[in-house]
Amino acid sequence: MSHAAGAHYTSTGLDNRKVAFWTFIGSECLLFGSLIATYLVYEGRSVSGPTTHEILNIPLTSISTFDLLMSSLCMVLALAAVQRGDRVWARAWLGMTALLGTVFLGFQAYEFNAFVDEGLGLTTNLFGSTFFTLTGFHGGHVAVGVIWLVTLLIRSFQGKLEPDRALNVEIAGLYWHFVDVVWIVIFTVVYLIQTTPIEAAI
Amino acid sequence: MATTATPHAPDVAAPTGFWSWITTTDHKRIGILYGATALVFFIVGGFEALLIRLQLGSAENTLIGAEAFNQLFTMHGTTMVFLAIMPLSAAFFNYIIPLQIGARDVAFPRLNAFSYWLFVLGGLFMNVSFVAGPLFGAHAISVAPDGGWFGYANLTSTQYSPGPNIDFWVLGLQILGIASLAAGFNFITTIINMRAPGMKLMRMPAFTWMAFVTQFIIVTAFPVITVALVFLTFDRTFGTTFYSVAAGGDVLLWQHLFWLFGHPEVYILILPAMGIVSDVLPVFSRKPLFGYAVVVYSGLLIGVMGWGVWAHHMFQVGLGPIADSVFSATTMLIAVPTGVKIFNWIATMWGGQLRFTSAMLFAIGFIGMFIIGGLSGVMHASPPADLQQTDTYFVVAHFHYVLVGGGIMGLFAGIYYWFPKMFGRLLSEPLGKLHFVLMFIGVNLAHFPMHFSGLLGMPRRVYTYSADLGVTGFNRVSTIGTMIIALAVAVFVINVLRSLRRGEIASKNPWGSPKLEWAISSPPPVYNFSVIPTVRSRLPLWVTDGVSEIPDVPPVPVHVPGGSMWPILTASGVIVIAVAALAKSPLIAIGGALAVAVCIFAWAFEPFEV
Repeated sequence: MSHAAGAHYTSTGLDNRKVAFWTFIGSECLLFGSLIATYLVYEGRSVSGPTTHEILNIPLTSISTFDLLMSSLCMVLALAAVQRGDRVWARAWLGMTALLGTVFLGFQAYEFNAFVDEGLGLTTNLFGSTFFTLTGFHGGHVAVGVIWLVTLLIRSFQGKLEPDRALNVEIAGLYWHFVDVVWIVIFTVVYLIQTTPIEAAI
Repeated sequence: MATTATPHAPDVAAPTGFWSWITTTDHKRIGILYGATALVFFIVGGFEALLIRLQLGSAENTLIGAEAFNQLFTMHGTTMVFLAIMPLSAAFFNYIIPLQIGARDVAFPRLNAFSYWLFVLGGLFMNVSFVAGPLFGAHAISVAPDGGWFGYANLTSTQYSPGPNIDFWVLGLQILGIASLAAGFNFITTIINMRAPGMKLMRMPAFTWMAFVTQFIIVTAFPVITVALVFLTFDRTFGTTFYSVAAGGDVLLWQHLFWLFGHPEVYILILPAMGIVSDVLPVFSRKPLFGYAVVVYSGLLIGVMGWGVWAHHMFQVGLGPIADSVFSATTMLIAVPTGVKIFNWIATMWGGQLRFTSAMLFAIGFIGMFIIGGLSGVMHASPPADLQQTDTYFVVAHFHYVLVGGGIMGLFAGIYYWFPKMFGRLLSEPLGKLHFVLMFIGVNLAHFPMHFSGLLGMPRRVYTYSADLGVTGFNRVSTIGTMIIALAVAVFVINVLRSLRRGEIASKNPWGSPKLEWAISSPPPVYNFSVIPTVRSRLPLWVTDGVSEIPDVPPVPVHVPGGSMWPILTASGVIVIAVAALAKSPLIAIGGALAVAVCIFAWAFEPFEV
């Protein structure tokens, strides 16, 4: 973070970090793609319960999904504020994004706890293994994003997040939006489309 | 070179000494480190092959037991793929790509150093298993991985592999995967963004193009095996049931994920060698590469189609007629762009003024050996034929022709070609030719008889065979061939050690090559280009005014970034996490994760002007 955006000549005019980050996101698509594909392949194949429709709480997760979507909005506003040099709103929106991310993690922690209480652990059945691995990987990404956002917030308070460093926020935003989009896919395929209820699987 | 001793020296002088190599972020030094380390692992992997062949040299041999044999063929495959061929290619990516595109370094010099240190530490981590037995209370000294380089489930489950052997393999591969991914992001960005003015994509040398395709395959294929390995780690550590049939899981999930990675990996191994050959052949034929655009596009096509052929590794599991037919067709189709390249190379030589230097001989050897390996490869595309050949030495013959006769020969061509650029001295040509002749005889003697022993029914991965099988003679020849390869490699090592000190001094462009890396001194100054050149041709040194003048002395001081200790420290932190996973110690894992986090922050906030 020591040099300003666009300080160097590049063939495309884009900053190196931005190009690299898009490549990274492409790579992450394959990571989550493999996790989601495995979840779908194994859906309905658990030999013992509990599985999807017995345990997934769609209303609750809809709230946390909305929460995460709103955090993306805040991220957009944070970047806009940094770009126009508005320190107060930059801090407010960065803080809000991180807060909403933390709230999402709180929902996930609550959900995981509730599932364990209801008898679904990582090793209970295939659903447990695939569900916790997939959503756990996503939650891990959210946690990294929150740490990143808090770091940016601290940099802002140190006066080191002026418009010339807006790219740092933009890249964090790319990451944040990507993690958000992944969640939309997970919410859809895991929670909303439960293809095989237990009756069909038996 | 002497150019640094001027008033316009870089504002950070090239440091020397041990510490400067540990902290270096110079792509040229990292390239040399990659190359040296890869050659050491290549010799280790070759020694493993030699032991395998000594055991198989005669029927019902008792030199090596079944357990050690399993470890040897597993580590031979894993070492050659991940610790020899890939990093040897990476050595050229590092050293050559920035020079070919007119850049002063890669896009992220510290990330580059991180990739290297993670690779070398990951390689050591995996090989420590050969002596780590006592630490785990095992009955043998060696607890090396023994599940094959493909690590099929459920052979790798705790039920069938209770020891730490598979853990070393899983964690080692995971570490190497991170290293490759980081390098992939780095090189894609470098090639997209760091090209000198005028170095359009379709002016880039074929080697840089094939490297570019390779990096895209790396960043897309490695996440898939990352996930497969995570599942396996969870199964082994936490008792999940991803690969457990009893719990409703499917062992084929592993095969699909592994080969979904594994087949693109084959192209990760061969495309760089194809790129090297595409650069070497024109130089020693005194002709431009025939059909440059077609070579580039067929490389791209291989990169894309490589994703649609994975299940040809799985015909024997019974995927059904539709899947078999589709994958059979795609596998035959992918032979087309590969075949196209072969015709391009032959047409490049056709009518050229051929100079049979060592580099050229290896490049021609590559073509010949790759054709043989390619032909037997197309045979596997037919499921009925494949069912006869799979798991026999016929398959071993196929992929050794492609990877040793092809990959390794191509990389040797690159070594002979670029050695003078890297070290300012030429390798000895007589020794190089001896190396080639021995290598050529050895590779064919070792691997051609395997076609026959395989068709006669000799299975892979079995530590001995009965004299009644009628394959003893073929195996004896294979063993002799392997010894000749070892001799060839010894000649090569002698050549390198001798030439580093006493080799003929190389000029800027000893081969009369058309590419940009030959426009600067050998070895290049620390800043590579005294001024960033403007390129006006695909063959800048073969046409008049193909590149703007590059003075020997920089007209203005050139900034050269200093080193950083954070890459190696971050990599060490990752290793600590792997050790924690091995020791099943959450406490060490937390410590390692914290160390990595601290290092990443220190790295991010370290003043480092590129």
